[in-house]
Amino acid sequence: MIHRIVVGAHYGLKDWLAQRVTAIIMAAYSLFLAIVLAAVQPVSFEAWRNIFTFGPVKFFTFVFGLSLLLHAWIGIRDLWMDYVQPVSVRLTLHVLTIVALIGYVGWFVTVLWRV
Amino acid sequence: MTATCQTSVRKRPKHLGLSAILFQIKLPLPGKLSILHRASGVLLFLLLAPLLAFFQMSLTSPEAFASFQGYAAHPIIKAIFAVLIWAYMHHFCAGIRFLLLDAHTGLDLPSARRSAFLVFAASLLLTALLCWRILL
Repeated sequence: MIHRIVVGAHYGLKDWLAQRVTAIIMAAYSLFLAIVLAAVQPVSFEAWRNIFTFGPVKFFTFVFGLSLLLHAWIGIRDLWMDYVQPVSVRLTLHVLTIVALIGYVGWFVTVLWRV
Repeated sequence: MTATCQTSVRKRPKHLGLSAILFQIKLPLPGKLSILHRASGVLLFLLLAPLLAFFQMSLTSPEAFASFQGYAAHPIIKAIFAVLIWAYMHHFCAGIRFLLLDAHTGLDLPSARRSAFLVFAASLLLTALLCWRILL
């Protein structure tokens, strides 16, 4: 019988690739937002808010949020896999990480879509 | 003969304590870059909740925006923001280097050391620039 650990590494190629694709998306967004901020120079509430009412900014910001979810999940999961050996503790930390990240995305989306 | 052999047998596995990791092992520059890439990533993850709270505050209403500005003017918050800016810049620059390494660019030791130095130079410069533009 093959001994399998539920919180083991699996093959991980998809995760490895997702980590890199999300990194490129977030890097592109960072440059995009830096250019927008440098151009608009928002100091007032209205100017700051107006940036996020613009459709393409909202779209790209949302994609950034989802990329961050996936990127942070893979990164923090790797951290637990490297430093936490007991399966029960590791599984608990995995679940807590997922719960936190899913909650953050919900929070992020409500803030973004109320603008 | 057996006596001389036994002296060369090392105790394995060797377990390293925290003090050994922090003070005995001297990492080369790419190693320092790598562990700081992880550390900065963890820091960014840990600060996601307060960042989201600030994001929400800044976009909800003029009053909330004003109270966000009040928080942001506090020296301790500014110091945390400075660390956060460094973490983002280091993670960003080191991440681009890792992407290039994944694409088999700059894998030889001299190039890897040079690019590690470039990452530190670029990220620290960007951190200084952004702190000056945003925080001062």
